[in-house]
Amino acid sequence: MNWLPIQASTFAPGVDIILWLVTIISVISCVLIGFLLVYFCVKYKRKSDNDQTPAITHDSFLETLWTVIPTILCIVIFIYGYVYYDQYTTTPKNAVEINVTAKQWIWSFDYSNGKKTLNELYVPVDQPIRLVMQSDDVLHSFFVPAFRVKQDVMGNRYTYINFTATKEGVYDLYCTEYCGTAHSDMLGKVHVLSKAKFASWEDGSADKAKKASAANIPPAELGNQLYSSKGCVACHSIDGADGVGPTWKGLFGKEREFTDGTKEIADENYIKNSILYPVKPPQGKIVKGYGAVMPSYKGLLDDSEITAIIEYIKTLK
Amino acid sequence: MSEVQEKNYLDNGEGFASWFFTVDHKRIGVMYLWAIGVFFIIAAIASFLVRFEHLTPGQTIVSADTYNVLFTLHGSMMVFLFIVPGVAASFGNFLIPLMIGAKDVIFPKLNLYSFWLYLFGAAVFMIALAAPADTGWTFYTPYSIETGANVILITFGIFILGFSSILTGINFIVTMHKLRAPGMTWDRLPLFCWAAYATSLLQVLATPVVGITLLLLIGERYFGLGFFDPARGGDPVMFQHFFWFYSHPAVYIMILPAMGIISEIMPVFSRKPIFGYKAIAYASLAIALISFLVWGHHMFVSGQSKLVNIIFSVITYAVAVPTAIKVFNWLWTMYKGSIELSTAMLYSLGFIFLFTIGGLTGLFLGALAADVHLHDTYFVVAHMHYVMIGGTVFGFFAALHFWYPKMWGRMFDEFKAKIAFVLIFIGFNVVFFPQFILGTLGMPRRYFNYAPEFQSLHVLSTYGTWIIGVGFILMLWTLMRPLPGKAPGNPYKSVSLEWSMESPPGTFNFDEIPTITEPVYNYGTKVEEES
Repeated sequence: MNWLPIQASTFAPGVDIILWLVTIISVISCVLIGFLLVYFCVKYKRKSDNDQTPAITHDSFLETLWTVIPTILCIVIFIYGYVYYDQYTTTPKNAVEINVTAKQWIWSFDYSNGKKTLNELYVPVDQPIRLVMQSDDVLHSFFVPAFRVKQDVMGNRYTYINFTATKEGVYDLYCTEYCGTAHSDMLGKVHVLSKAKFASWEDGSADKAKKASAANIPPAELGNQLYSSKGCVACHSIDGADGVGPTWKGLFGKEREFTDGTKEIADENYIKNSILYPVKPPQGKIVKGYGAVMPSYKGLLDDSEITAIIEYIKTLK
Repeated sequence: MSEVQEKNYLDNGEGFASWFFTVDHKRIGVMYLWAIGVFFIIAAIASFLVRFEHLTPGQTIVSADTYNVLFTLHGSMMVFLFIVPGVAASFGNFLIPLMIGAKDVIFPKLNLYSFWLYLFGAAVFMIALAAPADTGWTFYTPYSIETGANVILITFGIFILGFSSILTGINFIVTMHKLRAPGMTWDRLPLFCWAAYATSLLQVLATPVVGITLLLLIGERYFGLGFFDPARGGDPVMFQHFFWFYSHPAVYIMILPAMGIISEIMPVFSRKPIFGYKAIAYASLAIALISFLVWGHHMFVSGQSKLVNIIFSVITYAVAVPTAIKVFNWLWTMYKGSIELSTAMLYSLGFIFLFTIGGLTGLFLGALAADVHLHDTYFVVAHMHYVMIGGTVFGFFAALHFWYPKMWGRMFDEFKAKIAFVLIFIGFNVVFFPQFILGTLGMPRRYFNYAPEFQSLHVLSTYGTWIIGVGFILMLWTLMRPLPGKAPGNPYKSVSLEWSMESPPGTFNFDEIPTITEPVYNYGTKVEEES
């Protein structure tokens, strides 16, 4: 069984060298100590209550040995840890910057060409990337196991991650600083694309192709995909369970009661307004019992996608 | 004098008041033992629920919010109500005067007051459970400022518990300076006392910092002062510095007394002097002092500067060496000994092996580049539990069995206790070893939900809790049902002072203050053949 994730960045092999090195040291030490514990128990088992034992209190040679060897090993491990850390924290000159904003419980990414994505980070392969990260609320932490990178994100200062992806593919992104109810659903994906695919994604042609293929799938199914990929899943359940936001199950057509005491039937326009202006009156209204925490999806979802989500909600009876 | 000694400390006075208002260090130690035992069981039940929840991804039995409360309850109760005050206050109280040849601690009333403070702090902590915190035991800001849970009460409870620790620490330090029997020189002081001394130093010096930090947190929540919340111009990382400046030394508050216990038990069941007495004694002090300078290794990815990270990494490795020395010293105490595998000895051997794994996995986390990957994953959870359960709790259980005859004046069923040990040892490894692999694979900690590929390891880990749970119950069952008949004063033929009187001891411990003429752990009759 594999005990390490796939190596997909220039930093990963270095980390794995340390993990292997310390594992080997640990296994040898454990086997040695475990063996001696058992061996001594067997060999020097008490034979009678009057066993004679020597009064050994110290042994300069042994004590020097087991001081010096661990010291040397510690120095070696430190140096390995330092060298690779130094590489990781040094930003390459040609690095492309991407701005990252973390918010309970969504990642959003702003690219230099004006594009913006939610929970899905797109990067070209073999291109040094520098993430410039901040949080809108509590602490979060950006962690991609395949890249072996992790950095806390906070509200009062920018933090940074450097990485260069080495393999095309889709990798998991986790939040690793506890941030409340939906902490374990604050997930994302990192898409590492070939230079050509990235270029087409960047100029929007990939989007158009995706839209074209999206046109071929039923809206409710597209809505289901968007439910996960756009982060709705973090706060809205589809099985009736209470979350940070109201469940989507049985939502459509139901009467909603708001914090200001007014009521409204949840129809298409209500849902669309709630997606685009979730907390901003007059369109945005907060259902009684919930907080005004949802970010606006204006500019992140187009009309056909919003329609798809509405169609999806309609199927959740 | 002898009339006073006719009754042992357990029989001398009956009823609630005779315990609640006692100034006898042994009774106070026993009361601590009961109290921490209750909290240990509550916190353990919370952890069993946490593990049960992980049988499937998503919801198994509780909601995400309840899960967050459960792991917070487990962590904060284990740390602040059980493990920090635990071994030091219970066995420290019971044993230190017996070991140094004193009739009591130097400030018996202060000792009782410390216990009351402990109860009061624990009561406040329990009241706070009406709206239980969901912050994790670390209370990181700004989440702990924004959450609707009852953070103020729970931290205020911990603040009070801190005073209990400080006063107990002062009491132990002064007792060891002032009340050692004639001839009980520092180089004859039992190693449990050395460990308790180092622990007390940490409690006196480090606990005020967490007290101040929690006060600042209360001020921030209650009065809106902006220390840690970025929205008010504060710095959340500063909270982490304050918190770990206490909580790293606290790790050694938790482990040092257990190390002391192992140092007491190994010579008795090996019939050999402890190997490297001075090395262990000084290592205790060295660990205590260096532990103040390594807090930043909890914060390698917190956003603190690169240079600071490098410095903390270096100092962290400096603390690894004295710890390694101790392990080898315990191991070599067995060499050419006459070894009896009693239950207490089995727990001690379990301690040495599991603590070694706990220590070695710390080497992964001290290496900067590796920590970037492993930080806040299950690897840390596993590492921490190998040290805290494999280390402290195994040491604590060793002590429960080892001093059982002295404390209760009865013997227990060794056979059943050994079966319980085997279950606990196996169960523990089944729970926590898979978590190392979960961590290296990248499974973050404090996750209610998880990806399906992690399920088999999670399920295995949960099965382990059922094995260890049965072990706990069997151990408790065995210890609650002592064998008939009175325990001898010295069932193990120990040469240590605490075994020199009847079991259980009289209220004033010694008829006459003894004069110490021999080195500590003076075992071994054969002439020493090597230098």
